[in-house]
Amino acid sequence: MTAIGARLPRKEDPRLLRGLGRFGDDFTARGQVWARMVRSPIAHGRIRSVDTTRARRADGVVAAVTAADLPGGLAIPVRLHVQNIDLSDYLQPILAAGVVRYVGEPLAVVLAEDPYAAEDAAELVDVDIEEEPAVLDAAAAASPGSPALYAAGNVAADFTLGYGDVEAAFAGAARVVQIDVEIGRHSGVPLEPRTLLADVDPGTGALSIFGMTKVPVFNRDVLAALLGIDETLIHVPAVDAGGGFGVRGEFYPEDFLVPWLARTLRRPVKWVEDRAEHLVAVNHSRQQSHRIAAAFDAEGLITGLRAEIVHDNGAYCRTHGIIVPELTVAMLPGPYRIPAYRGRVQVVLTSKTPCGTYRAPGRFEGTTAREHLLDVAADQLGLDRVELRRRNLLGPGELPCQRPMSTLGTEMVLDAGDYPALLAAAVAEAGRLGYPAEVARGRKAGRLRGLGLAAFLEKSGLGPQETADVTVSGTGAVHVFSGGTSLGQGIETVLGQIAADALGVDPAVVRVVNGDTDLQPFGGGSWASRSTVVGGSAVHAAACAVRVRARQIAARILEASPDDLAEPDSAGGGFHVRGDPAAAVTLAEIAQATAPTSQYLRPGEPAGLSARRRFDVAHMTYPYGVHAAVVEVDPGTGRVQVLRYLVAYEVGRAINPMLVEGQLRGGVAQGIGGALLEEFCYDEAGQPLAATFMDYRMPTAAEVPPIDVLVTQQAPAPGNPLGVKGAGEGGVSAAGGAIASAVRDALGLAGGVGRLPLTPARVRALMSAGGNTCDLPQ
Amino acid sequence: MKDIHLIRLRVNGREHELAVESRRTLADMLRHDLGYTGTHLGCEHGICGACTVLVDGRPARACLMFGVQADGSEISTVEGLADGEQLSDLQQAFSDQHGLQCGFCTPGFLMLAEAYLADDDVTGAADEPTEAQVRELVASNLCRCTGYQGIVEAVLATARSRRSAGGR
Repeated sequence: MTAIGARLPRKEDPRLLRGLGRFGDDFTARGQVWARMVRSPIAHGRIRSVDTTRARRADGVVAAVTAADLPGGLAIPVRLHVQNIDLSDYLQPILAAGVVRYVGEPLAVVLAEDPYAAEDAAELVDVDIEEEPAVLDAAAAASPGSPALYAAGNVAADFTLGYGDVEAAFAGAARVVQIDVEIGRHSGVPLEPRTLLADVDPGTGALSIFGMTKVPVFNRDVLAALLGIDETLIHVPAVDAGGGFGVRGEFYPEDFLVPWLARTLRRPVKWVEDRAEHLVAVNHSRQQSHRIAAAFDAEGLITGLRAEIVHDNGAYCRTHGIIVPELTVAMLPGPYRIPAYRGRVQVVLTSKTPCGTYRAPGRFEGTTAREHLLDVAADQLGLDRVELRRRNLLGPGELPCQRPMSTLGTEMVLDAGDYPALLAAAVAEAGRLGYPAEVARGRKAGRLRGLGLAAFLEKSGLGPQETADVTVSGTGAVHVFSGGTSLGQGIETVLGQIAADALGVDPAVVRVVNGDTDLQPFGGGSWASRSTVVGGSAVHAAACAVRVRARQIAARILEASPDDLAEPDSAGGGFHVRGDPAAAVTLAEIAQATAPTSQYLRPGEPAGLSARRRFDVAHMTYPYGVHAAVVEVDPGTGRVQVLRYLVAYEVGRAINPMLVEGQLRGGVAQGIGGALLEEFCYDEAGQPLAATFMDYRMPTAAEVPPIDVLVTQQAPAPGNPLGVKGAGEGGVSAAGGAIASAVRDALGLAGGVGRLPLTPARVRALMSAGGNTCDLPQ
Repeated sequence: MKDIHLIRLRVNGREHELAVESRRTLADMLRHDLGYTGTHLGCEHGICGACTVLVDGRPARACLMFGVQADGSEISTVEGLADGEQLSDLQQAFSDQHGLQCGFCTPGFLMLAEAYLADDDVTGAADEPTEAQVRELVASNLCRCTGYQGIVEAVLATARSRRSAGGR
């Protein structure tokens, strides 16, 4: 019997449903003071002064700090360096000094006895900034003559990935198809804003920091380096987090300020972001323009692919550096056979909130561009959309396929899969569910309906390592200490099932603690769809090691050879002597027999029933899938309603299928947001126009239809013992592509839709223009 | 000079008397003064609904009410739904239908749905609530994780089971 593959209820649910979760703002420390950030109201300008005199005199104020009060020369380092590009000229300072580069940039912080007083006092900080022209258009900002945000220029990186003879492919093509696709600026926007509580031991200065999720060990180490203290003086305990989606838990200016203030004042400091701050402070993402072209032979086979991409990175290079545009170019060929490829990207700095990753970074953008190109190409080639894709998908015999490129510092080896089979399964499933019939029925009644389709390649399981500790206590309870973090994805449940499977115990007796830096000091964190793949494999290895150790101890208790012990049928994790069920020990008895004074321990042998294991992996594993959508366009308003939605996804092996489906459905909802609704717009002065939930429009239940899911487990990942591939991002990757495809189909456009989100205004413009005019015939 | 008022209210049946500043929101008062941290703040401008509680049986955004406005009221929060470890039927349906992931918005949805299901027009009416009706209700609040499907299904399932049990 195995716990793997079961639709078990989540371990997280009972506490969360009773309101007993412990989120950042639920922690309080005696004597805490509240921090409030003062942010730049100007997009670009020279700071003349930041005067805290009036604020410091206000009731209840404890301190007010500007850049002049901080240790000098601090900047937030890049967590992920790729392609050997130095970004040190563009790093964000903790508090702005000299220049502000976006509305929302931290200028000062005010501390007061209660949050209301802190907010009042923050408004008394007098900020004098000499305004300079805002730089808002990335393409223009990359051109000579643009106002410069930096002495080194506005282009932080300009690089090309690819292989093969692209010029020859295009020169010899039977047909070339090119379109422009732009993706609007939007982001993860989790429901819980960021929070931090830094508690301090007044004697030693040791810190406990509540609210650092995603990569707690990394953030602890960055903070220790910036503070100049040993990392063991910082403890980041596990907390619940109200969604991550890539943006939460990166190292932001507040992640230095709050602990630094706590150490400086020797008082606990608490900071809770409000929503208006969140929308200008937390990583934005996605805004990119793509000019993408494919060369086809007479049979409709792709002979070459090229793309010119401009990435609007906002004002600074944050912890992700340039991995979003890097992933875009590296993943752009997707699941297709592309003999020659060249993708160039310019990473341009603008007067906007800086960017980072958002769920399916680079893949949402690139998949939209590539799949839309294939839709337009199918029409121009006179081929069916599905048939064009079928011809060009890599076949099962062509895998594994090494793409002569690297991404995130790893070689790209597309592992196990059968892409055409999944495409066929998705088309069949959409047919079975009546998608084409629904479009036909609507059209017959005079409605603007369309069917969209997009295929995609995902990536998951980024290493280089994850470490897990598994220990059994005297009651027989199993404890898992993993380096991931609980961001709502259900990772406690998943790791519990993996440990239960390896130990032969009921998952209910497994407790999982994620992201506590003392309990798991070597954790890599939860991001890049890595927790189940890499974290799960480490838990599997540690639990298997505990199993071996338990058998050894059981043999001593039962005075038998370990090889003569059998595992009982019932889930308890104990052993009995083969052929003698009465000669048995339970897992609890085995754990008790490893107590320090136990007669069963050899001299010098360490006590305890536990193991720490590290899982190393050099290559990512590549899940894949197909999205299909039925939409209806209101001919009067231009509003797009998604009527049906299907995700077909190959996950290798589903530890808990219910959670895989949940990840996919939730991803689709976010994808619908990015495709139709959500955008961070700015006015010409660089003032953000989406600073509330009235203007930043996330989908509600009225915009998200029931989502059909087809999860397949036909191609286990060869690179990990569980065969799993990540499930976190496949729901969002192709949503832009599928919806753009469906809208194009509904409107009967000859060209592409040009730009996401497909807001009503944009759709009305498309209806009157008849399609994107940027298409070049040859 | 703070403007402080002495107020009395009941939360989940328990009597509270406290001094509260006039500008303090009901949400902050519940969370930080009374310790009902299950009520979550997602936007503080009345859109997301994570802070939804029941004020005298009717759903309200606790971020848009002042604490002093609750003087003399009966407030219900998420902490009052379960009986100790025993989840309510609605909570159990959320778990069964995978209607939550991070759980941050969940208390707001639970309280919204609880008020809806307590309405005789829903559980006592001749016709079962439709998927469209429940979806319209669920569209009152924001969830960023689930895509809403599990939430809609959980509310529908609870409505069905309460009706077959003769309403409540």
